[in-house]
Amino acid sequence: MIEYVWLIPLLPLIGFVINGILGRRLGKTLVSLIGCGTIGVSFLISVKILFELLSLPAEHRIIERVVFPWIYSGLFKVNVSFLLDPLSCVMILVVSGVGFFIHVYSIGYMGEDKGFARFFSFMNLFVFFMLTLVLSNNFLLLYLGWEGVGLCSYLLIGFWYEKKSASDAAKKAFIVNRIGDFGFALGIMLIFWTFGTLNYSDVFLQAPSILTLGGGLATAITLLLFAGAVGKSAQIPLYVWLPDAMEGPTPVSALIHAATMVTAGVYMVARCHVLFQLAPFTMGLVAVIGAVTALYTASIGMVQNDIKRVLAYSTISQLGYMFLGCGVGAFASGIFHLMTHAFFKALLFLGAGCVMHALSGELNMQKMGELKNKLPVTFWTMFAAVLAISGIPLFSGFFSKDEILWKAFSQGNLILWIIGLVTAGMTAFYMFRLFFLTFFGKSRVDESIKSHIHESPKIMIVPLMVLAVLSVIGGYIGVPKSLGGGNNFESFLSPVFGEKGEIALHPASTEYLLMALSVVVALLGIFFAYRFYIKSPDLPKSLAQRFSFPYKLLLNKYYVDELYFKIVVNPLLKFATFLWQFFDVKVIDGIANGLANTVNWFAGIGRKVQTGYVRNYALGMVFGVLLILAYFILR
Amino acid sequence: MSEYILTLLVFVPIAGALLLLLVNKEKGGLIKSFAFVIALINFILSLYLYFNFVPENGFQFEVNQSWVQSLGINYHLGIDGISLFLVLLTTFLSSLAILSSWSAIQEKVKGYMVTMLFLEAGMIGVFVSLDLFLFYVFWEGMLIPMYFLIGIWGGPRKIYATIKFILFTMLGSIFMLVAILVLYFMNYNYTGEYSFDLLKILQLPIPFGAQFWLFLAFALAFAIKVPMFPFHTWLPDAHVEAPTAGSVLLAGVLLKMGTYGFLRFCLPLFPNAFMNFVPLFSILAIIGIIYGALVSTMQKDIKSLVAFSSVSHLGFVMLGLFALNMQGISGGILQMINHGISTGALFLIVGMIYERRHTRLIEEYGGIARVVPVFATFLIIVTLSSIGLPGTNGFVGEFLILLGAFKSKTVYAVLGAVGIILAAVYMLWMIQRVLFQEIKKEENKNLLDLNLREKITLIPIVLLIFWIGIYPQSFLSKIEPAVKNMLEYVNYKSEQMSSCEKKFDEICEAKDEPAGYVKFELRRCTEESVLNLR
Repeated sequence: MIEYVWLIPLLPLIGFVINGILGRRLGKTLVSLIGCGTIGVSFLISVKILFELLSLPAEHRIIERVVFPWIYSGLFKVNVSFLLDPLSCVMILVVSGVGFFIHVYSIGYMGEDKGFARFFSFMNLFVFFMLTLVLSNNFLLLYLGWEGVGLCSYLLIGFWYEKKSASDAAKKAFIVNRIGDFGFALGIMLIFWTFGTLNYSDVFLQAPSILTLGGGLATAITLLLFAGAVGKSAQIPLYVWLPDAMEGPTPVSALIHAATMVTAGVYMVARCHVLFQLAPFTMGLVAVIGAVTALYTASIGMVQNDIKRVLAYSTISQLGYMFLGCGVGAFASGIFHLMTHAFFKALLFLGAGCVMHALSGELNMQKMGELKNKLPVTFWTMFAAVLAISGIPLFSGFFSKDEILWKAFSQGNLILWIIGLVTAGMTAFYMFRLFFLTFFGKSRVDESIKSHIHESPKIMIVPLMVLAVLSVIGGYIGVPKSLGGGNNFESFLSPVFGEKGEIALHPASTEYLLMALSVVVALLGIFFAYRFYIKSPDLPKSLAQRFSFPYKLLLNKYYVDELYFKIVVNPLLKFATFLWQFFDVKVIDGIANGLANTVNWFAGIGRKVQTGYVRNYALGMVFGVLLILAYFILR
Repeated sequence: MSEYILTLLVFVPIAGALLLLLVNKEKGGLIKSFAFVIALINFILSLYLYFNFVPENGFQFEVNQSWVQSLGINYHLGIDGISLFLVLLTTFLSSLAILSSWSAIQEKVKGYMVTMLFLEAGMIGVFVSLDLFLFYVFWEGMLIPMYFLIGIWGGPRKIYATIKFILFTMLGSIFMLVAILVLYFMNYNYTGEYSFDLLKILQLPIPFGAQFWLFLAFALAFAIKVPMFPFHTWLPDAHVEAPTAGSVLLAGVLLKMGTYGFLRFCLPLFPNAFMNFVPLFSILAIIGIIYGALVSTMQKDIKSLVAFSSVSHLGFVMLGLFALNMQGISGGILQMINHGISTGALFLIVGMIYERRHTRLIEEYGGIARVVPVFATFLIIVTLSSIGLPGTNGFVGEFLILLGAFKSKTVYAVLGAVGIILAAVYMLWMIQRVLFQEIKKEENKNLLDLNLREKITLIPIVLLIFWIGIYPQSFLSKIEPAVKNMLEYVNYKSEQMSSCEKKFDEICEAKDEPAGYVKFELRRCTEESVLNLR
């Protein structure tokens, strides 16, 4: 099957073309069959390929396949070609697997929507680009997937384009991403002119000999690449688009803005780990930006009332974790967290979708409550996800998050570790806050909706269950050695990231201690959430009043959107208006028209001479004769 | 066939136009169909070029007949990898432009179609002429139909726009004409033969000082045509007033004559001057990219938005050409085609909605994606191509250009790439205000979606957008050898000229500044001893 790796992205593309062109005529059943079927088959092929890969000896698990030449110009030669290795294998499994279940869920969720076919065609297109992104064997095809998923994100955020907020959010997402991609594209050019190729294998092979450790070139390349990652994976300062992206339908948030697309930046950094390891400065920056973003957005997430926004800030925060992992050199851990996060965050979004479905689209958690018994499946599955993301032992998030914290600590980054730890506590707090506000306490649901709260249909619930199972057990493939596991995940990825012997700087007892500490912190977060939102539900309000300034600051997301508007958007528009109204119209056109008018003016004077009267001409002649005579006489 | 094909391409439209003159002007349908068939035949004929083109062969399909023998004017046609796709683009867009005028033009249909056919002939002539005189004839001749097109079938300010267009273009052309004559006499002085033949004049050693002025004279004509900042102000006016088909050909083909001119004439004729002017023109190109994009952002009229975006896009092309390397120039040539396709399509699309609502103001629309989904889909696809999304044609061109510019000077690529961000800003904002949000205007609620003719007009464009985006090799492989030849030739010639100039200076110094006529002879001797341009 490995020979047919190109089928994996191709199938969703076919789905897109069929649903995109014929969708409105096919009927919903056929559309959903094509939409889910193509991705389902891609998933099956990916699974088959995983087993084939596993049957090969570890050093042969890197396979490249050229499909056709893409852009050739002089020395510049780029093919459409795929790279299959453990890293891309993990990614295609996550993308097609999680993608498949979200597609199935969407059949129910989008069932009533006018744009049903359009939705599925865009989703298929997204999966195509995402699979291309992770399967590419060179930077340019990666860039194609990268911009392509951005396009789909644009189209899907603005899916309900009649809402101004939705079309604003879509535009914002695309433009902010383009700012990051500006750096990314320049990074690709710099890589080409440095290495003479854009193929990963050639670049990474030559990197140690061409680049010097910590040299300017290595730093420049990695910084530029990281700029792209900052945009796509919504890190400071380009994170502002992701919360707004929640304007899209919930399955979109689950697939694109939680499980897959936003993790592309992490994937890219991990993919280029050879380059990043040559640039300690960039690595430090990656870790710091990751950690700060994690903390910063977690703080915003603690006070938001919109259920999807909480999840959005949580996603940014978790992406920060992944970058923290990459930044301290624990690439495999970053990818591990990427995978487990895909399970539980997709589940959380889909669960939130079920809640919205039950409450006629209500997003405000202050208008929920007591849904535990009415939505039992949603409740239990989301519970699994909440436990996983909070880092409760035995759930998937615990293993992956702890792995990152441990690596940060063992690298000696005490401050980063503390930030990570605090963020873990905050994460537990806001997730349980969300959970309690939604499912416990007194019902605050509008009367009109109350009567017909109902659990979602099977087609939406089954994906929840599957993802819940994955959220629970997904972490067991990466149980660290200290807990008696073999860390199979890391060793599976070792052909990509290289074998890294366990750092023996710290004894195992330290690792146990840290684990216990992070569990305590998580429990503390849960305790506070319990205290605030179940025990004494009036406490948050009085706290908010007492600390009104910090509360408002958080509620308004530190006013960053307003700030960007003031210092970037407005001045730019003003400058553009000035260029047009003043410089173009007055100066450039003014000069052109001024020249024309000057000629016109002289011509106007000259024209007066041409009166058409013979006597005037005769007078002129007399004057002429007199002048000539005068000249000869006076000479 | 190979000898006649280019002649056919120029004269089939002219013959068609002449035949049209015989048709009764009342028979609008017949006139339109006939004109379209002629344009279509010409397009099919031009495909012959594509299939029989041998990339390695340099100039081909050549014909070289004496025209005015006493003055050394030849009827010399031929194409290479640089002009091949421009000819194809012309025949392709001309067919679509005629098709798009079907319902838009109701008055003076006969005159309109005759004008269109003459315009097509003129444009093809420009791209296939290898004789400077012939080139100049087509270059100026083609202005006449365009002048009428805007002046007769244009909008409310058509007279202002068309006169501005003509005056701007003529201003540049005059200097070019003088420069052509200078080359003609220089060639006579050097070889003793009167000739306007480009291939002969290319072998002329032109001293640095003369190169400088001649380059400027040619460059002014071309820069106005491109148009480069700050010579662009005729463009928005011409576009806004021109009928749809006029805009399509103006943006799609006419502007390319400027960039083509730089590549075909300025670069190989005056390589040393060209290289000296790289910083100036690169900076002007970058200003054009950013300035055009920023001014686009604030436009209220969709057509002038697209017009200013052309200033930005053509800035990219110029940046690529002046990068003077493989990627930059190939990308520039490809981007000429891309811009012709995407911007041509944008004007077609704007024209379609204009026919329905008779306004091009952005604020008059909003939310129409719901009523005209097919229209919206086409507009979005073309927009994506225009903002250079990977997988579409725009990406391949822009990326190669920036890659080339990066090599030539990193800062050029960095600044140029800003234009890619801004392109997303102005295009997506326009899309949002036209297609998305709620429908506010009553008039827009019952808009009709595209009809079959309009779909047929746009589908080939969309196919090309993806074809070039996904498999650009079928284009690049034909362009590349020509660019390679050009670069080799230019490098060789500029080195030769430099060494000649150096030697000449040494001799002059040794002789202690000799008098004029002695200098002339000396130069002659130096050239003979040093140069081997043939």
